[in-house]
Amino acid sequence: MRVWKFGDDVDTDAIIPGRFLTIYDPAELATHAFEGTRDDFAPEAEEGDIIVGGRNFGCGSSREHAPLAIKGAGITVVIARSFARIFYRNCINTGVLPVICPDAETIREGDTVEVFPDEGYLIANGVRHDIEPVPAFMQKIIAAGGLVEYAHTIEELELCTK
Amino acid sequence: MSATITEKIFSGRCAREVCAGDVMMAPVDAAMIHDITGPLAIDKFVEMGGKRVFDPAKVILLFDHQVPADSIPAAQNHVMMRRFAEEQGILNYDVHEGVCHQVAVEKGRVLPGDIVVGSDSHTCTYGAVGAFATGIGSTDMGFALRFGALYFRIPESIRAEVNGTFAPRVGAKDLVLSIIGDLGADGATYRAVEFTGPAMEVMDMPGRMTCCNMAIEMGGKAGIVPPDETTRAYLAAIGARTTRQKENITPDDDAVYAAWKDYEVTDLAPKVAVPHNVDNVVDVTAVAGTEVNQVFIGSCTNGRYEDFMEAAEVLGDQSFSPDIRVIIVPASRSEYLKTLRAGLIERFVEAGAIVEGPSCGPCMGGAFGLLAPGEVSLSTSNRNFRGRQGSTEAEVYLCSPATAAASAISGVITDPREVA
Repeated sequence: MRVWKFGDDVDTDAIIPGRFLTIYDPAELATHAFEGTRDDFAPEAEEGDIIVGGRNFGCGSSREHAPLAIKGAGITVVIARSFARIFYRNCINTGVLPVICPDAETIREGDTVEVFPDEGYLIANGVRHDIEPVPAFMQKIIAAGGLVEYAHTIEELELCTK
Repeated sequence: MSATITEKIFSGRCAREVCAGDVMMAPVDAAMIHDITGPLAIDKFVEMGGKRVFDPAKVILLFDHQVPADSIPAAQNHVMMRRFAEEQGILNYDVHEGVCHQVAVEKGRVLPGDIVVGSDSHTCTYGAVGAFATGIGSTDMGFALRFGALYFRIPESIRAEVNGTFAPRVGAKDLVLSIIGDLGADGATYRAVEFTGPAMEVMDMPGRMTCCNMAIEMGGKAGIVPPDETTRAYLAAIGARTTRQKENITPDDDAVYAAWKDYEVTDLAPKVAVPHNVDNVVDVTAVAGTEVNQVFIGSCTNGRYEDFMEAAEVLGDQSFSPDIRVIIVPASRSEYLKTLRAGLIERFVEAGAIVEGPSCGPCMGGAFGLLAPGEVSLSTSNRNFRGRQGSTEAEVYLCSPATAAASAISGVITDPREVA
């Protein structure tokens, strides 16, 4: 459960460069994750590792290839002080849990981290830190197992026009 | 009740008045997919049980990132999307028309008051015509194609009130870069940015598109300019339908804003975003003399006729530096034709430029014009992230078409006000 520590403004071009966007398979995308910006990530990332970033994690492109590349590397939790909007939602939709933690900067490379999303905290090297709850409407999507699964539960769309 | 443009647009579609913070399943008036994010969106649509898209007439479909196909996988994606368009009865602009955001607007597919989603982060460009338009991922797009609606959290808004008159060779790109420099790369996250004030009122549609296009570079969910006579004249000129146009989506001055920022452009200098973040914004004078290897004039940010006219005026009868590559890519076929008929393409080619067909070009480091380690690009596009245009050891600077042209003549970053 290694922590991969990143800084502020990690953009989606860094997570998966534009030249790999014809790839849609998560495992294949993962072989190019952070290529050129963090070359030890793709070969060394393991199932259950956690990415920790600073502010504005996932800024830039709407490419869903970014959370898919992370997921393909076996990582299902990304912790950051804040997230870019599209990336945050793409994570929820693709089954990567984005965790907003105001203390994310205090978590260090190699720390051991356990996240308790329902209880609203995480433990990093024995120290408890609060995390922000996922918005209610997104919890429904997570509970369903992702947006694709959620779509199958819809019998009648609750449109705001009604 | 006083409201922002965003609140008015959503209230117009809802059974009740809504305000920032509300979450709702709202219908979409248009959904845009292109060759990079479209194939995955189509897969998700199918996985969600989709058989027919919600309304083929509301789906904007084209290829722009990898055109003409730059690899076999890209060609396969194009084939897959062509088949989907044909099966679904969706008008497919294919590789013929240009960059999605320019095409969506110039074809009249987006109108004032519309709610629009696109699986591309720069979908916020359509705010230039007074629409609420936002970028989404492919899975959200699969949902939108299936149901014609999506969950939206109504964002708070930031009011950017712009006063003054631009000096010669200074314009919309310099303004929006200065706003991004002020607010920061996440200064508008989860918020809509409303561009208002006297300087916006006299700004033409291409300039407004440049401003709204870059709202995402400060984290914005949308960028919007209140629709006015300029908007109506533009829509009339392109023959757009006006039946969907909504009344009264001008923001109220006493609406609740997350922030109200006043900007003055009269003394604004040409701006440059230096590597590797879009909010690293300085006056051009601070980086003047920096050697460049490639200059790119184009993209959904600055690939319109007016941008090329600005560049051509700076160029005059001079030549581009033979020591660098100058790549010019019109944002659409229509903009290409206007530029061509005005004689500007001939002038650029005479001066030493490479002119490519309408596409995203070197902006996203995929199709062509990639940079080697140690190389420097000066680009009128919207992102200067590390590795954006090729090697992660290359550098990308962002600027206006005027600054790009001035620098392309000298081969070093140059203040366009100093070029006769």
